[in-house]
Amino acid sequence: MSVKNEPQTFDEIYAAQKEASEREDLVMFINACFAATGQTEYYSSERCGRVSIDFLHSYVLANYRTVYRRVLAAGVNDFNRARIVTKLLSVGAPADKDDRLEEGQLISRTLRSLPANRVFALFARLRELKVNNRRSRAVVRDYLKSRSDPTFDAVKYRRKIRMAARHAHLRLDGETGQFLFALKDQKRFTTPLFDAFLRAHYAKQAVYELPYTVAEGFAARHGIPRDEFMRKIEPQMTHAEKQRVQASAGRQGFVKPDVDLARTPLTRLAIYVASLPLEERRRRATELHESLRASAVRALRKRPVQLGKVALVLDRSRSTWGSREKRRRPLAIAIAIHYLMGESTSEMRAFWTPSRSDAQEAITTDDHAFLVEAGGQTDLASPLLSAIEWHPDNIIIVSDGYENAPPDAVNQIVDAYQKRLSQSHAIAFIHANPVFDPDHFSPRPLGDALTTIGLRDAEDLGASMGFAKFASGEASQTQLESYLGVLAKDLIGRNDE
Amino acid sequence: MNERQRTLTGLSLDSLTMAPPQLLGGVRLVPLIRSASRSDLRLSRRVYAEDSAFVEVDSKTFYTAYVPHGLVANWTTDGGAVFGSQMTQATKKKDGKSYGQFITARGLRKMARREGKTQLRFLPLHVAMEGLLALHFGGPDIAWTEYSTAAMRTGLSPRIETVVPGDQIAGLDDALRLFEIHENQVGVLVFVSESLASACVVPHPEDYVALHHTLITDFYGDLIWQYGFYATDNVVCPDPIDIESITSVADLRREVDRLRNRWAEMNALLSTACCDREYRAERVYRFKPFSLERFITDLDPAAENHIGEAIYADDGSLQYLKTYRMSSSQTRRAYLLSQLADHEWDLDQCAMALGCTKDELILRLENAGFGYLLHQHVIDGARARVSRQLRK
Repeated sequence: MSVKNEPQTFDEIYAAQKEASEREDLVMFINACFAATGQTEYYSSERCGRVSIDFLHSYVLANYRTVYRRVLAAGVNDFNRARIVTKLLSVGAPADKDDRLEEGQLISRTLRSLPANRVFALFARLRELKVNNRRSRAVVRDYLKSRSDPTFDAVKYRRKIRMAARHAHLRLDGETGQFLFALKDQKRFTTPLFDAFLRAHYAKQAVYELPYTVAEGFAARHGIPRDEFMRKIEPQMTHAEKQRVQASAGRQGFVKPDVDLARTPLTRLAIYVASLPLEERRRRATELHESLRASAVRALRKRPVQLGKVALVLDRSRSTWGSREKRRRPLAIAIAIHYLMGESTSEMRAFWTPSRSDAQEAITTDDHAFLVEAGGQTDLASPLLSAIEWHPDNIIIVSDGYENAPPDAVNQIVDAYQKRLSQSHAIAFIHANPVFDPDHFSPRPLGDALTTIGLRDAEDLGASMGFAKFASGEASQTQLESYLGVLAKDLIGRNDE
Repeated sequence: MNERQRTLTGLSLDSLTMAPPQLLGGVRLVPLIRSASRSDLRLSRRVYAEDSAFVEVDSKTFYTAYVPHGLVANWTTDGGAVFGSQMTQATKKKDGKSYGQFITARGLRKMARREGKTQLRFLPLHVAMEGLLALHFGGPDIAWTEYSTAAMRTGLSPRIETVVPGDQIAGLDDALRLFEIHENQVGVLVFVSESLASACVVPHPEDYVALHHTLITDFYGDLIWQYGFYATDNVVCPDPIDIESITSVADLRREVDRLRNRWAEMNALLSTACCDREYRAERVYRFKPFSLERFITDLDPAAENHIGEAIYADDGSLQYLKTYRMSSSQTRRAYLLSQLADHEWDLDQCAMALGCTKDELILRLENAGFGYLLHQHVIDGARARVSRQLRK
């Protein structure tokens, strides 16, 4: 609790305590929103995570509604943004006119920046929750109106849009309405994509005019062999879809579609690289290294991160193995952070936790950071000491917060450094945690001495770091609210991309 | 004491290093690390899918228990490495016979059974448990009038102890699942609520990786089961690093090394049962250059008592270990039996040695679950006399 002036009366003490506890609530919530995804983690089950994050959302919505909606602008992950929108729509619009306007604009901006599949899942969820107020109907209507290619959407997300249209009482123009609700009554459509969808029911050739995910179902229906299908559908595949089938290509015996790895988002690429067997990673080391670097450069162009001389302490213990749903994700985040930092600053070194196979010391930008495997204990103390000896300005620790060889060492080292050695050379320590701990409603901290921030994608590091001063408790609640206010204004003021 | 028996102090864990523990809830797992493991003895797991197993200990005695798996030891006599294929073959070998269709049981022969020139199958922890149950199993040697005819005829049979499988111990499943195995780790000490539940050592790090999850199917004492519910958080930590003495990064490094040492010392402190206690060991099977032994502590009712089994190489190094923490009632039973046996089953002498009256000893025996050894009228008489005395 940071109380500057000694409070005199009980009222003042209570007010200060209230302020501190409210700030803690909000910090905990925003931190959780950076990391939590409601998926199975190495340490906890999916159900556990969902119950926990759901409670946090309901709690903050009921008590701090203004902050709750403004978190949409703070750069938290897609899962939580979609959840915030669902919750806001289900409680109805606020009474105050300005609030209503701000909330409406935030919701509409957020929906436009979310991936379409998440938005349609959100609409389906509204139906499940039986949320059907005037505002939610308008939101669905406006979102569908804002889409650039409604025909394509109607084919690719046919079932979801049909559900949303029926639920939100949408007025659909001519062929779209017939396509969604009376497909079988039609002999032909004038819209080529609709017509292809109709023909694909009986003609194999028409399958290849459809989007990949839709075509896959028809291919199964026609019994088209997998290799033939993959060869012919390739022009219809998006970049992400091509990326996704890279691994299954070898297994199912079709030719890998060509994909420019450098165009893949950094974290996604790192996950792909971490999923490859070690020999393949070694064999393709140069190619993967260059792609990762190029991808990091692209990520930085979008959202630059400026830190001086940076040392990274990266965790590669057994727990970075992830879960069935998030395979190797914590390890991949560490790899991605390595490349992101490597491209953002000339002076960067990464220190991995000791592994079972090789005693690798500090590695630099030019080394192949992805040649690591998840295994062994979490000994963060040794790499942290090596990092401190290198005298950087910043140390970023990427770990899930379960330190066990020995426990609590990082906290004590950081504490001792800040108390005794920071006069000669100050270092800013920060702990980025990609794993949400549902038992404590936040990413698990390494100790009180250093700030823990949640991190879903490596690209979000900048956004998470911007929030770090609130997580450390340096800034007051008012400052936090105004910071979020500015972010919200930015988001509302931004033009459509 | 013949050549098969010996007394040892501690369990020769000297060749193993204790790493800092991994904590989760009330469970504390201390990894045991050996830098140079020998590869001429390897263990692998053989699964028995049946609900229970009965083991023919000798022609007249059966040992019945839940046996989820046995361990197969493969070794070489010339010190060379055991081949992996040998181990895969070993786990597939047919062993015993399966009975029943709905509730099934496996009939096995002997606790430790030779299956070839360099292959031995034994049932982990059951070797030790059988030793505990067989303690003075023959019953009274002299036909004192107090003992029932059944006791004179069949001894202690049936001798029963209750144990709890690992999955019933609160928090142990999660702790084992989330445990991060060290490089060169060959064993682990399992603490529940800061008391040693079990120690496990295998010959080779790869064996440990393969057998780590079997700790959940091993059995533990009911004391540990109760501790599992009490314990919610580990509280014992060594002193933090001394901030005042730090003036440079080198000092910081030194202090962290000291912190590591303090963790190691604390591990040793918590596992006194492994290091300082007296053990009576008995050789169960000899396979050159190794021998399988089972051991039991001195059964002091005031201290914590363990039973276990171990494989020692001829140079005295520990190759395999599994221990079981006895609950106090189990200790009491074993203690009473050993006291009786020491006094040739004479109740009067034994009572004198224990510092109580004969009636009290009889009631103690009955409370411990050995009432079936004595004639009913002996127990009734003792109870009546004691209660009459109390009323006075």
